[in-house]
Amino acid sequence: MAFEGLAERLQGTLDKIRGKGKVTEADVKEMMREVRLALLEADVNFKVVKQFVNRVKERAVGQEVMKSLTPGQQVIKVVNDELKELMGGEQSKINVADKPPTVVMMVGLQGAGKTTTTAKLANHLRKDHNRKPLLVGADVYRPAAIDQLETLGKQLDMPVFSLGTEANPVDIAKQAMEEAKANHNDYVIIDTAGRLHVDEELMEELENIKAVTEPEEVLLVVDAMTGQDAVNVADSFNNQLDLSGVVMTKLDGDTRGGAAISIKAVTDTPIKFAGMGEKIDALEPFHPDRMASRILGMGDVLSLIEKAQTDVDEEKAKELERKMRSNDMTFDDFLEQLSQVKKMGPLDEILGMMPGANKMKGLKNAKVDDKQLAHIEAIIRSMTKEERDNPSVLNGSRKKRIARGSGTSVPEVNRLLKQFNEMKKMMKQMSSMQKGKKKGGGLNLPFM
Amino acid sequence: MSFFKKLKEKITGQTDSVTEKFKNGLSKTRESFVSKMNDLVSRYRTVDEEFFEELEDLLISADVGVNTVMELIDDLRGEAKRQNIKDAKDIQPLISEKLAERLQKDDSENALNVKEDEMTVILFVGVNGVGKTTTIGKVAHRFKEEGKSVLLAAGDTFRAGAIEQLSVWGERVGVDTIKQQEGSDPAAVMYDAIQAAKSRQVDVLLCDTAGRLQNKVNLMKELEKVKRVISREIPDAPHEVLLVLDATTGQNALSQAKTFSEATDVSGIALTKLDGTAKGGIVLAIRQELDIPVKLVGLGEGMDDLQTFDAEQYVHGLFADLVNGEEDDEEETST
Repeated sequence: MAFEGLAERLQGTLDKIRGKGKVTEADVKEMMREVRLALLEADVNFKVVKQFVNRVKERAVGQEVMKSLTPGQQVIKVVNDELKELMGGEQSKINVADKPPTVVMMVGLQGAGKTTTTAKLANHLRKDHNRKPLLVGADVYRPAAIDQLETLGKQLDMPVFSLGTEANPVDIAKQAMEEAKANHNDYVIIDTAGRLHVDEELMEELENIKAVTEPEEVLLVVDAMTGQDAVNVADSFNNQLDLSGVVMTKLDGDTRGGAAISIKAVTDTPIKFAGMGEKIDALEPFHPDRMASRILGMGDVLSLIEKAQTDVDEEKAKELERKMRSNDMTFDDFLEQLSQVKKMGPLDEILGMMPGANKMKGLKNAKVDDKQLAHIEAIIRSMTKEERDNPSVLNGSRKKRIARGSGTSVPEVNRLLKQFNEMKKMMKQMSSMQKGKKKGGGLNLPFM
Repeated sequence: MSFFKKLKEKITGQTDSVTEKFKNGLSKTRESFVSKMNDLVSRYRTVDEEFFEELEDLLISADVGVNTVMELIDDLRGEAKRQNIKDAKDIQPLISEKLAERLQKDDSENALNVKEDEMTVILFVGVNGVGKTTTIGKVAHRFKEEGKSVLLAAGDTFRAGAIEQLSVWGERVGVDTIKQQEGSDPAAVMYDAIQAAKSRQVDVLLCDTAGRLQNKVNLMKELEKVKRVISREIPDAPHEVLLVLDATTGQNALSQAKTFSEATDVSGIALTKLDGTAKGGIVLAIRQELDIPVKLVGLGEGMDDLQTFDAEQYVHGLFADLVNGEEDDEEETST
């Protein structure tokens, strides 16, 4: 991560305060400067930052921070609270028209990810709401944009309506409505061409499409990496089309995503979804509170926990947990665990969501190699059943055989054995620590 | 002679059409930036702390980035003190001078490294949606206009429709595209393209790659492999690795430049979508911290709306109204 989070930024000021009896107004001012810089580095628009910092300052100079014994944490808390309030509650629902079909119009700049998001949204509507969407290719300008939508439609096995690149986008939209009615599609998602918000001609085209289709939703698709200009873009689109919501894309990158705050502040339109990857199911409800901590650089604990919960097979996790506690875990169990972790996505992605992970010394620039996992898997798979259940039987010649079988080396096998034993030891400690405590959740993954 | 005058004289030597393109392309950028600048200067008669604070905001609003802005402001503050500048109006030329100075060290560095008597290979890399394919189309058109033979390599085998998109550009421009099926190994496509380029003896081979976020380790490794294949087949290739950067991108562009450089040794930046209101100021930070020059700028959707980057033109585009305004003033005083 290129930029420091708010916590790191505040550290310097806090070090100075420590040892002093109380926090002065000058200290608060200095902290507010750090808050300002942290937000600017996260790409929050400078005007939004200004208003925001003033609000935080009011609360800080008022009792909350100055009287607190832990002023740093208080500042972070105030900032976090205010951010959350600004971002509003969760609203990932797509409106439904009184009379089907419900029309959703996707708009935005070039390269924001409209076409991909159109397909993801259609998939979401079918999978989670049992809907039957029709995709409409109305981007006649970008070469092969319609091909792209058609390819995605094929992958999803969903109908795509288009009239080629010679047709007028407004006509395409109009005819698509007929098509949807004839085929009983309850949703129509229109993929419009990317355009600059200052391109009057093309903005008018959108207004016309809106007029003939009367959409329930006009969603602005915004690249999460957008900088200061996000406010201009969002404001123009909102003024002309009266947006109903926003989709932030490419949030699986390492950007802080401050644009989300800017857009919310300028348009007061809810951010409904987040694009989290290139796969067709990588569209998630947008969680404003998590975005707040991401912008402040505090990791995304909640997302991680949720990811684990949906992707890990609960039954198996419970069984594993039992084994871990009773300390009779075998290599087979370990293998099972590995596959659970792998289901959650690339390791570096998971690490990126852990708070403090980018602060830990060894981890700061660690590029986690998923290939290492593959090596470990290969080693375990080269063991006999007996060896997996009881690793203590592994002697020199067995290790040599395993190394040969897995295409690795004896030192690598040894390393894995050592790690495995250490893990077992750790598990034992952990379970004895937890004894007596009430047990909640039920997740024990090797990296947690 | 004032900086603006010098600037103007320098660019009058260049063709008007180029200057015109910069002016038109940057008109939206300029309008917002310059009007704010004028507003700032007119509100502040004297150069004081508050003036610098607002100037700071103005530069931050152009995505220049906190660190670079701070450093620039410190520099200006010192300079204003040294030259004893008190009037806000007098500091304007200093601001643009400092900006241009930071963007470009010498004139030659913005030219593409094109081989005269052998094939030139250019690799295009970047995150998703920045305009790689479009930029390749425009670059192909440019080389074609110069009378060079061009071949395209459809290395984005991942995104749906990407191969078709590049092929359409190829047809438009009138050059061939070497492609395989969607989902095939991009390194294999590059290998094929190089063999084809060699046997056809083309002058320029332009290589497209799939957009990828820089924190995806495996995808960055794939990109390293693509580059490795190219270098193995032609030892000093690729002759340019251009990072395509969307001008609307904020601070993350710095992380993009850093990570893509680590993987593929980026030699220059193509800054796209400068015809909107975004300013792409992050290129200043990239230049400062990573010393990667901007080589090309995309100023519109037309086939020939791609220009060689020129810091003076760029700053002129940003400050054109100020140049003219200043001239009026000078004429007034001389009469």
